Amino acid sequence: MPGLGTTYGRGGATTAPSDLLNSDVILIMGSNMAENHPVGFQWVMEAKEKKGAHLIHVDPRFSRTSAVANTWVPLRAGSDILFLGGMINHILQNELDFREYVIHYTNASVIIPESFKDTEELGGIFSGWDPEKKQYDTRSWLYQGVQIPSDSGDQNPNGQSGGHSQHGVDSSTDLSTYEQDLTLQHPRCVYQIMKRHFARYTPEIVERYCGVSKEAFLNVANLYCGASGPEKTAAMCYALGWTQHSSGVQIIRCAAILQLLLGNMGRPGGGILALRGHASIQGSTDIPTLFDSLPGYLSMPKFGPSSKDLASFIKANKPRTGFWNNIDKYIVSLLKAYYGDAATKENDFGFNWLPRITGDHSHQAYWLDMLDGKMDGLFVIGQNPAVAGPNSGMERRGLGKLKWLVVREMVETETASFWYESPEVQRGDLRTEDIETEVFLMPGAGHVEKEGTFTNTQRLLQWREKAVDPPGDARSENWFIYHLWRRIVEKAKLDPSPRNQGLLALTMNYTLEGDHREPSSPEILQEINGWTVADHKLLSGFGELKADGSTLCGAWIYSGVFPSAGRNRANEREPKDEYGHGWGWAWPADRRVIYNRASARPDGSPWSERKKLVWWDEAAKKWTGKDVPDFTATKPPNYVPPPGAEGDAALAGDKPYILHADGFGWLWVPVGLNDGPLPTHYEPLESPVSNPLYPQRQANPVGLNRARPGNEYATSPDARFPYVLTTYRLTEHHTAGGMSRTLSHLAELQPEIFCEISMELANELKIEHGAWVTLVTARGAIEAHALSTSRIRPLKIGDRRVHQIGVPFHWGYNGLVKGDMANDLIAISEEPNVHIMETKGLLCNLLVGRRANNVAKLKEYHSIAEGKTA
Amino acid sequence: MIRDLVTRWPVVKQILNRADGTGVEAMSERTLHMRPKNDGAEVAHSVCPYCAVGCGQLVFHRGNKLISIEGNPASPLSRGRLCPKGSDSFELTTHSKRLTKVKYRRPFGTEWEELELEKAMDMIADRLWESRNESFVEKQDGQSLMQNKTVAHLGGATLDNEENYLIKKLFTAGLGMVCISNQARI
Amino acid sequence: MTSPLTNSVVYPATYHVTKAAFLTDATICIGCKACEVACKEWNEVPDDGMIWSGFSYDNTQALGASTWRHVMFLEQPAAAGPQQVDMENPFRWIFLSDVCKHCGNAGCLEACPTGAIVRTDVGSVLVQSDVCNGCGYCVVSCPFGVVDKRHPDGRAFKCTFCYDRQSAGMIPACAKACPTQSIRFGELEELREAGVARVAELQSRGYADARVYDPQETSVGGTHAMFVILGQPEAYNLPPAPEVPTIYLKSAWMSALISALVLAAIVCAAFLF
Repeated sequence: MPGLGTTYGRGGATTAPSDLLNSDVILIMGSNMAENHPVGFQWVMEAKEKKGAHLIHVDPRFSRTSAVANTWVPLRAGSDILFLGGMINHILQNELDFREYVIHYTNASVIIPESFKDTEELGGIFSGWDPEKKQYDTRSWLYQGVQIPSDSGDQNPNGQSGGHSQHGVDSSTDLSTYEQDLTLQHPRCVYQIMKRHFARYTPEIVERYCGVSKEAFLNVANLYCGASGPEKTAAMCYALGWTQHSSGVQIIRCAAILQLLLGNMGRPGGGILALRGHASIQGSTDIPTLFDSLPGYLSMPKFGPSSKDLASFIKANKPRTGFWNNIDKYIVSLLKAYYGDAATKENDFGFNWLPRITGDHSHQAYWLDMLDGKMDGLFVIGQNPAVAGPNSGMERRGLGKLKWLVVREMVETETASFWYESPEVQRGDLRTEDIETEVFLMPGAGHVEKEGTFTNTQRLLQWREKAVDPPGDARSENWFIYHLWRRIVEKAKLDPSPRNQGLLALTMNYTLEGDHREPSSPEILQEINGWTVADHKLLSGFGELKADGSTLCGAWIYSGVFPSAGRNRANEREPKDEYGHGWGWAWPADRRVIYNRASARPDGSPWSERKKLVWWDEAAKKWTGKDVPDFTATKPPNYVPPPGAEGDAALAGDKPYILHADGFGWLWVPVGLNDGPLPTHYEPLESPVSNPLYPQRQANPVGLNRARPGNEYATSPDARFPYVLTTYRLTEHHTAGGMSRTLSHLAELQPEIFCEISMELANELKIEHGAWVTLVTARGAIEAHALSTSRIRPLKIGDRRVHQIGVPFHWGYNGLVKGDMANDLIAISEEPNVHIMETKGLLCNLLVGRRANNVAKLKEYHSIAEGKTA
Repeated sequence: MIRDLVTRWPVVKQILNRADGTGVEAMSERTLHMRPKNDGAEVAHSVCPYCAVGCGQLVFHRGNKLISIEGNPASPLSRGRLCPKGSDSFELTTHSKRLTKVKYRRPFGTEWEELELEKAMDMIADRLWESRNESFVEKQDGQSLMQNKTVAHLGGATLDNEENYLIKKLFTAGLGMVCISNQARI
Repeated sequence: MTSPLTNSVVYPATYHVTKAAFLTDATICIGCKACEVACKEWNEVPDDGMIWSGFSYDNTQALGASTWRHVMFLEQPAAAGPQQVDMENPFRWIFLSDVCKHCGNAGCLEACPTGAIVRTDVGSVLVQSDVCNGCGYCVVSCPFGVVDKRHPDGRAFKCTFCYDRQSAGMIPACAKACPTQSIRFGELEELREAGVARVAELQSRGYADARVYDPQETSVGGTHAMFVILGQPEAYNLPPAPEVPTIYLKSAWMSALISALVLAAIVCAAFLF
């Protein structure tokens, strides 16, 4: 999560939903929290009803969240950076920032070299742009006074940094040698550069291009900025309304900047709640089934000089200052966890058995390889790309190009049945007999049929006890991987060539339990926690990790969850305080509000009685308070690092952002992002208007649109596609529908797909309420009922009236209730840092009548007309 | 016994209790002895499998059979509450369309066939091994690459941390597969 | 238990009431339908048909034999108190979870000829499925259109107030699940006061049309399921002045008796003269 990760040091929600009780103002934007996190929303409702908090909802649609908000403001999908940038400008122009916080806890005062040029000077791009490679050389974004190395450092093969790992770590540069102007007047200090950068994000431009009246915008800005300072805090909640954009990371950067400027981060009722969508999606980022990171946000080794050997890798990833200075301890302990006794100092602890990455191996990237026939096999476990993937029609076609497919699920999903049930097959575009893909559909265990941990949106690990056995041949994924490994390793024993050394060394010494011979989950969690190799003594935290091979640890950020035999802290259920300590265990080190050093003044005393969280106890000479301090417990507030100090000892006592080499919260991101040190407004990949700020730079220049036949884009604007499309979720369903459309009690609540259109559009097109309509984009077409409502409104954008249309994406061709797949309309595109697709703010058209009645007309829109394949 | 029969007669009950025949006196044996279906059942503590709020769940079961699932009031995150999806966790686990056997489709096949679990595992291991080795690259420009790009994995956000750990361990650290992805992005 | 002005009630682990009541508050409902599902899961109520209605987000449409909690969705051209909604014309979207009213004087109970419908020891109205013979007299006697017959089963069904749960000191499934505690469960008198206090609080905050729905002044004699709503009850399909149909029975029978006696007298007189 680089938006938060680069700004603060760690990607992930910075607080818990219950902390919203302490907020004076709550801004929900890019989220429909009441519908998609209803039980989490109880805290918002209670803050509003019991504590008088003011709830603001900014969203293209009037949803169930808007219905209970104090203030709702509609805006054009895709214009979030203009709106948030407008708020940043409002603060900077009117000096509404929380000055003491900004000076001490952010890099506002740091000076940027003259070689840096802003988007305002270069017509929409920053300095360092390579028009041929379509990427930035980011070195001109570094701080003045920082040595730029001759070796370009650990840049990935696309020349880009970013991604999921180690946000903002580039150890080849020592960021700690910066220069500052604490008066914030120097023309090239971050504060002044920001002022110039955001100067044109005015209320006028917000009105004209977001569709938000100046009054409404200023009302929100004043409400939100008014809850700033020692006595007040405000919080933000966001979800996929911010992330699923071609500039998604930069939208979140705007929010992160606002929370620093207003001094909300790390304080009770402040912070940013990144509301994630799946039971353990935080866990699947922490212990990543992602291509570019290793557990605990370590970088996957990138092929090149930095991965020649372990020492090169460490050198490329180990900054002199801050907590990432310990990376050698983390990577060696991980290698010991993976390869056990076979990992020794002599063989670099098996570092060369790890594969290197050589480019973009994310879902979208390898799926395009699938479409081109370059992939052999695919495992799909608990995901349903045939419905939920971007350009789901292409996802389904891609499945048909595999040699073999293994799907593990509780039900037969659309991904498993594509070869006989997909619309392409039903319509005759593709024939089952022509699809080679060998398919294994395996039954999976449900959540009460296996024990293990989920990590929720507030970084909390909670253990689930097993209640009953899975039915029939259904098994857990632990079972599947273990017994697959057992078979594979027998084959590897017959071929001990270098490629199989890692495999043969892999430790899988788990006790097998029960009739099914299920590997022990507690033992796996213990391995993740770590122990000292010599005596198998469990570790109580990442502070005990060593780089000499004497410790092993599967994920350093989780170390401490299982600190002694029999004590599984994720399985503890005795909450003893306001922050729930004693119930589950949060990473890092059970800190519930991270960066909480910032909840105290530079001198260590609380900002106010009302907003106390963590403070310095001079008598006991340690930090104390209501939460575990996110800081070295005994480091005094006035600590000054001695020259040459390393790691955490190199950070002063008033630097809360301990993962950063300079200890600052980064208003300006010198390293770690591919598309700019500051957020800049670009239009979505398809837009009804040209970029009002930079007409020559329409969309994010670094974004990948992966245009190809079947994945075409509209022009911006496009006469064929006059309306703005956004996709979203409903309370009653869950993602691709495998866990909701299959259940009678949920299916009956929302049985059929519908799209929401304004009354004005319904009148204009003479569409009867409830009638079938066909939605079409440059990729595909679907049919849905038209639900005309006042909750969707046309907006005045530029000189035009722009209609927005929303459609929920939950339907597919299986289950108790069926419907077309909204993601057939979406493009395969990749935001430049995390490769996420854009599902909001695209262009579409709306035809009256069902899809089958519009076949002839649809041929005008698509290169994939009926009968052709990708 | 006659006395028992007489006093249980509704009219007699009414007269004796000065009731009008619409209250407790008109309750059947079933109603009088009504208890919740999870009375005396065992309880497992769990966490909702839907969104990322992580609501606590109490899972009532008896004799390896699920009885009901509801919220856990002790959870400081959810305070016993559940949304419509979490409230439907019992149906999620017990509905009739749950897969219980391996379904297999042979290349170019037009129907599902059933496959025995161990056989399916053998076949999958064969295919994985063959595909992984066919395009495995050990070195490039004299440097260790140890990579396969023709077998991919998708999934993870609904799985346990322990499961994701093992998947990454076997697929990446063991087999060199780099095309690994899940629903997570930001 | 905490102040009725908040929505952070804490239920004791075992909670027995003497007179069970619901207070359902539209102003804190988020329309999620957890109540509908939690009820069906606990009470093993089947689905009520997969029908898309087009009425806002309400595909459930009404209470019935297989729907015992029904969330209504009202899109109205009126402001919700001081809510700032950036629209030219006032607008609000209100949600309310409807349920059997468990009337003080229940039409269904009065009409039931078999004794299947009883008033329980906690004051709720219970249909005993093992006694019900499916005659359907209750269906037409409910002024709220709640109870109905389930097909093809034939018997009448409605909300049981989770009588089985209450017998063990557990609160009803819907009240437990409700994410914002829009549905509150408790003692009738306490919740009556809470409703009044809540309406006073809402009005002081600018919700001028907040009111409690609890028709105590009619022959129904007040309902044990009460509602805090904005605007007129009619908008929520709640009759403003519901009556128990049998209320007229007494006078009807009396009229019939008098008519019979008069008729008998006339007949006798005919023979005398």
